[in-house]
Amino acid sequence: MATVSLNNLVKKYGNLEVVHSINLDVADREFIALVGPSGCGKSTSLRMIAGLEDITGGKIRIGDRVVNDLPPRQRNISMVFQSYALYPHMSVAENMGFSLKIAGRPQSEIDAAVAEAARTLSLEELLERRPSQLSGGQRQRVAMGRAIVRKPDVFLFDEPLSNLDAKLRMQMRTEIKKLHAQVQSTVIYVTHDQVEAMTLSDRIVIMRDGHIEQVGTPEEVFQRPATRFVAGFIGSPTMNLREAEIADGKMVFANGDALPIPPQFRDKVSAGGKVVFGIRPDDVFPAGHGIHSGDATDVHTVDVPVSITEPLGNETLVFAEFAGDDWIARMLNPKALHPGDRVDLSFDLSQAHLFSADTEKTLRS
Amino acid sequence: MDENAAHRVKRAVLKAGHLIGLFLAMALICLPGLWIVLSSLRPTVEIMAKPPVWIPRNVSLDAYVAMFSGVGQGGIPVLDYFRNSLIISVTSTVIALCIGMAGGYAFARYRFRGKTSIFLGFMLTRTVPGIALSLPLFFVYARLGIIDTHFGLILAYVALNVPFTVWLIDGFFRQVPRDLAEAAQIDGCTRWQAFWRVEFPLARPGIASAGIFAFLISWNEFALASQLTRSTNSKTLPVGLLDYTAEFTIDWRGMCALAVVMIIPALTLTFTVQKHLVSGLTSGAVKG
Repeated sequence: MATVSLNNLVKKYGNLEVVHSINLDVADREFIALVGPSGCGKSTSLRMIAGLEDITGGKIRIGDRVVNDLPPRQRNISMVFQSYALYPHMSVAENMGFSLKIAGRPQSEIDAAVAEAARTLSLEELLERRPSQLSGGQRQRVAMGRAIVRKPDVFLFDEPLSNLDAKLRMQMRTEIKKLHAQVQSTVIYVTHDQVEAMTLSDRIVIMRDGHIEQVGTPEEVFQRPATRFVAGFIGSPTMNLREAEIADGKMVFANGDALPIPPQFRDKVSAGGKVVFGIRPDDVFPAGHGIHSGDATDVHTVDVPVSITEPLGNETLVFAEFAGDDWIARMLNPKALHPGDRVDLSFDLSQAHLFSADTEKTLRS
Repeated sequence: MDENAAHRVKRAVLKAGHLIGLFLAMALICLPGLWIVLSSLRPTVEIMAKPPVWIPRNVSLDAYVAMFSGVGQGGIPVLDYFRNSLIISVTSTVIALCIGMAGGYAFARYRFRGKTSIFLGFMLTRTVPGIALSLPLFFVYARLGIIDTHFGLILAYVALNVPFTVWLIDGFFRQVPRDLAEAAQIDGCTRWQAFWRVEFPLARPGIASAGIFAFLISWNEFALASQLTRSTNSKTLPVGLLDYTAEFTIDWRGMCALAVVMIIPALTLTFTVQKHLVSGLTSGAVKG
């Protein structure tokens, strides 16, 4: 088992820099997720750690070794690919035992290791099959089996669940979590799905345009997003984010509507300052239908028209028009609402976020 | 219910029509081959008869016996020709495959300057008919002293086949997902092992078909071989067919018999290699 550290890691393709000097320390046995939109450099960074991409600048350490110049086979890593990358001409057992065979281990040892991995992943029945005879979820499990047979220092996952349907994805997510608990190794997991990142990892690294925006536990990045981007990226439905200007002790939106400044930010802003106000749908709700009980002191209520509703059964997402735009609100214990109905929309300002409009960084200290 | 029955009848009729059509097409394709075999077994009179005699009346293996009975007794040095053909075709095929694999892999996997132009250049060489090259080649070979040698023909055939093998094998390597070689490297393979253990087995159908084509081109080639060979040292079977032509006569029966002898190894090879031609082997490698 091992730590992984990236120091000022840079990747350039010709003159195009796609990873800009990122730094990251992954602790031993930590499960860390790299998350971000397509093209943010997360897969490239993972491939540099794997040794599949050359490193333009900086250093990568696995354990106490600098691995910049080591080929993938000498890094003692395993990788699960988005495409599974199973060898189609080999059986499941041969796929899983391939790394040990290449390493020249005796057949008895290979068989034992494959059997153990197959037991862990419930693949015993499939060992003689070819990858083409497996379903997507089974292939994914074989790919994970192939990874654990090696007993690597670090597991790398490159969007492993992207090709599965929603139900299977949830199932596999649980299996990955169990697997990590069992094998207790360092995991670096790349995904563009923030739910996967939140549910699986000890810490999340949010990347954007080749930079790291924030590193933190799922709770930290959800509750204390460092930038406007993180605030918008993490959480579903996404946070309501609107630009506003500070005037007369209020936040005034473009159309003149206003909200009080959230109490925790009152001493962080000054008149004339431009800010981005952010509040999660959980903290916007038709009065009496919120997560928090009714006695929240910093709740501000406005009377607004409903645009549309999305009933989800136990709750309803309400899109209500305020400050010239639709805001998403989450209504618990839903009551019937129709487009055009008026509703008292409550904002729990104690849970709100403010970001600088210029730097997009949080104004929270 | 009636509608269903009508549909079933329609399907049966369509299927019958389909099979009859296929049979006719296959018959048309196989007829010349059958005619050659038949012609090798019967006297010239019957071969040249008008209207044609469809069912042979006198079947004999005389032509085959004569062919192997040595020069001077109606025979030709068929074993020499056969040996030359085999050496030249096999050697040129093996070399063309090796170069084709290296080239095809490079074109499929690596980016380099002038890639498209080089590829196009390779393809353009295939547009020149072989016969147009025979005279220039003859002069060059005469200067180099490699006329009437195995080496000379092997060189020509390798040059003829390489663009084709590169092109075909490139296509097959392109179908092997890049992830597989990367996964193999992570599993502990060197670059070479990843190629040999994972990519090569998956591209094998392509390499086998390239091999068959290269072999058949060399085995059947006549235009260049007739110019660049002189004697039993290097004459190949297609050139050997000319031994059956005299100034005023052509021994059609003998020629057909030799043609049958030529066809047999080609057919054998095709059947042997056929099992490697199963494509779709990569299915299941990646998502899907």
